[in-house]
Amino acid sequence: MRQKDTYFHKIDWITIGLYFALVLVGWLNIYAAVYDGQNNTSIFDFSINSGKQLIWIGTAVVLITLIMVADYRLFQNLSLVLYLVFIVILFLTPFIGKEINGQRAWFELGIFRLQPAEFTKFATALALAKLMENPTFDLGKWSHQAKAMGIILLPVALIMLQPDTGTAMVYSSFFIMLYREGMPQKYYVFSLGLIGLSILTLTINNNWYLFGGLAVVVVLMVLASKKSWKNLLGIFFLGVLMVTYAYSLDRVVEKLPPHQQNRIMVLFDPDVDPLGVGWNVTQSKIAIGSGGLLGKGYLEGTQTKFDFVPEQHTDFIFCTLGEEFGWVGSLVMISLFVALLLRLVFLAERQKTRFSRIYGYCVLSLLFFHFSINIAMTIGLFPVVGIPLPFFSYGGSSLWSFTLLLFIFIKLDSHRIQILGRSY
Amino acid sequence: MYTGRSLVVAVTIGLIAFVLLGKLFLIQVTDDSYLRKAERNAIQRVVDHPYRGLVYDRNNSLLVFNDPVFDLMVIPREFHLQDTARFCELFGIEKQSLVTNFNAAKNYSWVKPSPLIKQISNEEFARVQDFLIDYKGLFVMTRSVRAYPQSAASNALGYIGEINAPQLARDSSGYYTQGDYVGLSGIESYYEPDLRGKKGAKYKLVNVRGIDKGAFKNGDLDTLSIAGENLQATLDLELQVYGEKLMTGKRGSVVAIEPKSGEILTMISAPVYDPNILTGAKFGENYQKLNLDPEKPLFNRPIMAMYPPGSIFKIVQSLIGLQEGILTPNTTFACNRSLVNCHNHPSPVNLFGAIRNSCNPYYHQAFRQIINREVSQNTYTDTRIGLDNWRESVLKFGLGDRLGIDLHGEKGGSIPSSQLYDRIYGENRWKYSTIYSLSIGQGEMLVTPLQMANLAAIFANKGYYYTPHLIKAINGDPSRIPDRFKTKRYTGIDSVHFDMVQDAMAAALSGTAARAIMDDIAIAGKTGTAQNPAGEDHSVFIAFAPKEDPQIAIAVYVENAGWGGRAAASTASLLIEKYLTREINRPLLEEYVLAGEFIY
Repeated sequence: MRQKDTYFHKIDWITIGLYFALVLVGWLNIYAAVYDGQNNTSIFDFSINSGKQLIWIGTAVVLITLIMVADYRLFQNLSLVLYLVFIVILFLTPFIGKEINGQRAWFELGIFRLQPAEFTKFATALALAKLMENPTFDLGKWSHQAKAMGIILLPVALIMLQPDTGTAMVYSSFFIMLYREGMPQKYYVFSLGLIGLSILTLTINNNWYLFGGLAVVVVLMVLASKKSWKNLLGIFFLGVLMVTYAYSLDRVVEKLPPHQQNRIMVLFDPDVDPLGVGWNVTQSKIAIGSGGLLGKGYLEGTQTKFDFVPEQHTDFIFCTLGEEFGWVGSLVMISLFVALLLRLVFLAERQKTRFSRIYGYCVLSLLFFHFSINIAMTIGLFPVVGIPLPFFSYGGSSLWSFTLLLFIFIKLDSHRIQILGRSY
Repeated sequence: MYTGRSLVVAVTIGLIAFVLLGKLFLIQVTDDSYLRKAERNAIQRVVDHPYRGLVYDRNNSLLVFNDPVFDLMVIPREFHLQDTARFCELFGIEKQSLVTNFNAAKNYSWVKPSPLIKQISNEEFARVQDFLIDYKGLFVMTRSVRAYPQSAASNALGYIGEINAPQLARDSSGYYTQGDYVGLSGIESYYEPDLRGKKGAKYKLVNVRGIDKGAFKNGDLDTLSIAGENLQATLDLELQVYGEKLMTGKRGSVVAIEPKSGEILTMISAPVYDPNILTGAKFGENYQKLNLDPEKPLFNRPIMAMYPPGSIFKIVQSLIGLQEGILTPNTTFACNRSLVNCHNHPSPVNLFGAIRNSCNPYYHQAFRQIINREVSQNTYTDTRIGLDNWRESVLKFGLGDRLGIDLHGEKGGSIPSSQLYDRIYGENRWKYSTIYSLSIGQGEMLVTPLQMANLAAIFANKGYYYTPHLIKAINGDPSRIPDRFKTKRYTGIDSVHFDMVQDAMAAALSGTAARAIMDDIAIAGKTGTAQNPAGEDHSVFIAFAPKEDPQIAIAVYVENAGWGGRAAASTASLLIEKYLTREINRPLLEEYVLAGEFIY
């Protein structure tokens, strides 16, 4: 009896509480998104999305129970097998999947549809943890970096075949975990510089301003550096590289498929085509922006109620919350997410084994990426990429995969004392 | 726990959350444009069009009412046509226009209704009504168009039509929107604010496909339309109809005024057109036709056509001479034809004789005395001073400027000033011999038929007039007509001077317009002939009757009909008889006018 009691207390109930709070708020918002004020369909009605989501939540609870009663060593031992199984499924998806919106990303099982790419995330996280738990693994080494990248890029390549750019992008979030585990800092400086330069290239129409700005940067670097021939040569080449990059990026964007090109253009100017490509972002911003400080009240949002925002129960679910609960509601919801993320950082850091810590960081990275990119996309800070808001968006695949992802970590955390992994 | 790189991760999370909340604050709290856009998205304002006011004549006969017409609306999604030929036959529409209209409807919206067949008349609707249930996706929307039971007074009443872009731009009240019907001319235009009523509005919620989702805020903001106000016109419908009949086949104007009130009893612009053709579905086509007609039926001659006043102006000259003390009833001049041509009559004549015989040399000499009073040694300066003084007196007769009738587009005519002659001849380059044509109402002088009728009213009233107007009561309330129609305007001529003038006008008829004389009604009048360099002269006549207690003052213009004593005088006389007795006892004269053969 005492033994059981201890286990119960080792579970991190704060994380579980935050999880259920988010799932509940998400479920209420899904009802608000399908509610149209005319037919008094109950939130529990299984013919509408809120009722279906309730089934998904119910099955997620079953999934949680299964995870919690399973042997904690299972995940560690099965990690590579799981990874391989999902890679095979992913490989098969384009051939046997059902085509929806031009993508073959779904499996149909009776009335339910599952998206394998969603589940590959936790399998990849497990595989990464497995690979990197080895004490000899050193991210400072080229060959080790390549191994980690291989695990990440294999599913990315397969997902791109479907093609599902949004989901593929999600895998870049593993760089947050890699950063924590000692990936050299220079890669991040370089990447951030590249992203900054890309944004500037796309926003500044007249390239001569950009080139002028880069020249100023080069001059400043020369002034700040120790004047050795080697340094000056390096700075010179960097300058040439930046100009070449900026110039060629514009050319590359011109060559992109029109829908992707427009998604990028709309980010900088939503009025490019407010009824076409800009429709989603324009309507999403109208819905959220019209919420004001306190919102219009639950089920009172006209924009979401009357279908002005497309995909409003899935990727654009944040609109419902923004419109009906206003800025204060958004503040509460974002605070819940931030609390969850910071809690995960805390939990990951207290792990005794590298495996659990790395896995914990993977969970945190994936949730953080989804959360920030999804909201940024609804308010026009990021191009429209089709990725769900964790725990909020309607859909079994996304809810199940995030639940799996999170609760495997909670399970590992609850056994952090027992795990006799190769701690360092 | 948060140290080194884990701290960087934690701070990044906080930073991103801060950026998201900051951007949310900007669009949700500081910027309210999204709220307006959201309302524009989801709240649709449905206008409830008011019932336009009716117009009655002075005896409460209906002049203008609203006739229901039916627009057949189609919802493309629900409309499926199996037998196009049968449908076209039933609804009397050509296949081509059915296809065009249906495609237009489809392009506008798949689910919102658009008109398929516009403005089906009442009778036609009764015929097709029963077939409607056979077709899905069709329904009927009722609207109303203006209708005129007697087809009379088209130019005075005017017409309504869709508001045009400049009018919309000028509308500072923001009342109108594209597609609204407004009065475009006549009374419809002038009394638009009274006739139109007030639009109501319903606010309803619509979804992204425009489908009705119920009332906004339970209809708390909805307003009902307020019907327009009824007008009572000063027109006498019976007289108007009779006058239009007399003017058939002629070009010209008739204006009859009740002298003691300024109320316009009849206003005819010939050729007349049927106002009913400018309503409903054929508006555009018929308007084009009228607009291109060389006879210019849309040109409202009574207030827009301008002619030299001719001989009739001699009465004004006489009255100014009398008031100024230049003339007395006994002032005599010889009929000196070397000054200006005249016709055979005894000579010399006194003032009475001059009016009666319309003696040109008399007025040539009398006008010289009115103009050149020798206030200056310089004959040029003297003429200038005299002309401007004279002009001031003439303007008081309601000439030389718009009278201010309740119609848009009124012309003012012109009475020349010294500045005008300076422009034509140069300063100090003109004197009496330059301007003497004014003495007999010729030269640089123009008046409208309305002003001439008003002159007749002035002579009848012995020195004053009310601004002629077409509306006597708004919503049954006479006090609501504009104040300027209730003000007596004096000419500055003492009423004693009118007695002799009235007698001379009555006496003149036996010589110049014997046809106008009636056995039982004393009539005073004056013929005129407006010279027309382009063809036959215009026949002009003004009169009032009964002479002792004038009930009607009238001016008649018949273009290219020669002497005033024939066409114009006969028409005026018949209209006076009609108005005062309500019947015509001179069938021969009526026949003569209807036949319209005035030049022989």
